Amino acid sequence: MGLDLLTYILFATVMAGTPLIIAGLGELVTEKAGVLNLGCEGMMSMGAVAAFAVAYGTHNYFLAILAGLVAGLVMSLLFAVAALTLMANQVACGLALSIFGVGLAAFIGKPLESMSLTAGTPVAIPLLCRIPVLGPALFQQQSLVYFSWVLLAAVAWFLYRSKPGLVLRAVGEAPVSAHAIGYRVVRIRYLAVLFGGAMAGVAGAFMVVFYTPLWVEGMIAGRGWISIALVVFSTWRPLRVLLGAYLFGGCMVAQMFVQASGIHLNVPAQFLSALPYLATVLVLVLISHNRSNIRLNSPASLGQPFLPDV
Amino acid sequence: MAMRNIALMIVSGSLLLAQAPVKVGFVYVSPIGDAGYTYQHDLGRKAMEAALKGKVTTQVVENVEEGADAERVIRSLATDGCKMIFTTSFGYMNPTAKVAATFPNVDFFHATGYKSSKNMATYNGRFYEGRYLNGIIAGKMTKTHIAGFVGAFPIPEVMMAIDAFTQGMRSVDPKAEVHVVWVNSWFDPGKEREATNSLISQGADMITQHTDSTVVVSTVEEQHKAGKGVYCFSYNSDMSKYAPTSQLSGDITDWSGYYTRTVQNVLAGKGIGPNVWDGLKEGMIKIAPFNAAVPKPVRTYVDKVMAEMKAGKVNAFQGPVVAQDGTVKVPAGKVMSDNDLGSLNYYVQGVVGNVPKG
Repeated sequence: MGLDLLTYILFATVMAGTPLIIAGLGELVTEKAGVLNLGCEGMMSMGAVAAFAVAYGTHNYFLAILAGLVAGLVMSLLFAVAALTLMANQVACGLALSIFGVGLAAFIGKPLESMSLTAGTPVAIPLLCRIPVLGPALFQQQSLVYFSWVLLAAVAWFLYRSKPGLVLRAVGEAPVSAHAIGYRVVRIRYLAVLFGGAMAGVAGAFMVVFYTPLWVEGMIAGRGWISIALVVFSTWRPLRVLLGAYLFGGCMVAQMFVQASGIHLNVPAQFLSALPYLATVLVLVLISHNRSNIRLNSPASLGQPFLPDV
Repeated sequence: MAMRNIALMIVSGSLLLAQAPVKVGFVYVSPIGDAGYTYQHDLGRKAMEAALKGKVTTQVVENVEEGADAERVIRSLATDGCKMIFTTSFGYMNPTAKVAATFPNVDFFHATGYKSSKNMATYNGRFYEGRYLNGIIAGKMTKTHIAGFVGAFPIPEVMMAIDAFTQGMRSVDPKAEVHVVWVNSWFDPGKEREATNSLISQGADMITQHTDSTVVVSTVEEQHKAGKGVYCFSYNSDMSKYAPTSQLSGDITDWSGYYTRTVQNVLAGKGIGPNVWDGLKEGMIKIAPFNAAVPKPVRTYVDKVMAEMKAGKVNAFQGPVVAQDGTVKVPAGKVMSDNDLGSLNYYVQGVVGNVPKG
């Protein structure tokens, strides 16, 4: 029973952390290019409602994820035009996108409320899923969970081991210099923003199609904001985004298991609810307190509009 | 001639006034699509509107957060010309009272609260009566003698639900235990799902909720289809659509009788009436139809107990009611008073864990 419980908690943690990882990594790439896109919640909501609509209509979950991706991409395109071409204030645009996205998703999703969807079937990886405790927890998950790990590897490799990634980071650090060398700063930023939007859309799709198969307005319940915070608190390092996401999910799941077990706790209910947020912030701040490391990793031109003077 | 014209105008004017439909406002805390608490209120509203066709029009605002937003919405409904406003969540209590004080000509009705005034009445359902009956079914059919309860906030209404369910379950299964997980929200699908899974992993095979989404029952259905012998009881509405094989029954609230009666009384000039706390007897509380899996003897027994409850012979909180720490709160032969129910803040014996503070 003890080991079974641990497996259960790990399994639930991974599920809970996956949307945060996917959206967080997308946001990380966007911010590394120097663009602060606060519209994650709105993009996730639109991705979610699009994915749910397609999943309900076609029962094809792959198409649903694709629909979520496209929806998130389109929303981020709105942001990109406003913030990169029209050079409006990035923070204001992002906030507006968040509010707009959540509201639009609620409006579009009205006829879908109280429709039920069968949950996606998990995909078990043949040999690995037989490892004693970790097997069922890690390797009998939904396909998007495996995608999130592949995404982590891909983003880390892209940013730190490839030329385009180096260019993207350069654009985020010193856009004027990058422009002087000849790189198309605005175009690179556009691509980064669209990638971030696409990932947010996929994360939203995961939440309503695989995690809790239903749609009601407010489904995303703040996960978009948590993803943005994760990126900052993890000092823009991909692996720490994963760590923070699992820590957050893990705390949330663990406190429920503790409650369910009936162990006597003398803590207020609100504290238990706040615990995931507190723990994640605390741990990430503690491990990333080296100031020179922070300066090294944070994109210097984050949030500043780029006006080519040629 | 002029006098006759004036008289005609006055008469026709007042006839028009008398015929103009009265506006009734409704404020909901979650979307109607939650298929739970708000959905039932909306069904009641629609029934009332149909019964009083032409005499009323309704205005609905859904998904209004408790707090400052609520006050703004209630106030705008009142200034918009609503003559009656129903605010359907506990957290709307203070905003409703505040707005009621400034609109003495509008009648306010607040659900599940305890503040009232000259133009504000409360209404509530004895949800716990349905819980008691659900508990009996759980007790008769459990294999692990453990039930799971997904709770929102530790307020008296939820405590009544947990305790009544436990009383019902232990009345037929003295070994039964009820484990509780608090999600601190009326509606959070992600947390409700995790809570359900954590209860199932602890061995609970009878799950119920005091939250608003359908995720708890759909998660139980998912696990049931995967082979685990778990069953659920829905709350507020019949959620068998989301859990066709695993929902044994549920605790349903039917607000239609109350809404129709109340609006009719106000229209007839009889005033807002007393604070209402109706239950099985008045038809406000019902239980969902039995699942095919519920055996005949259990159904007969539950129907018998329900009839006895309607007749007043059996009460969900009839003595002895013993708190978790052993103190006898209601001795044998007596029934818990409405006042004590309204301030219930302890677990009865059989519930495992302790009540979180606050």
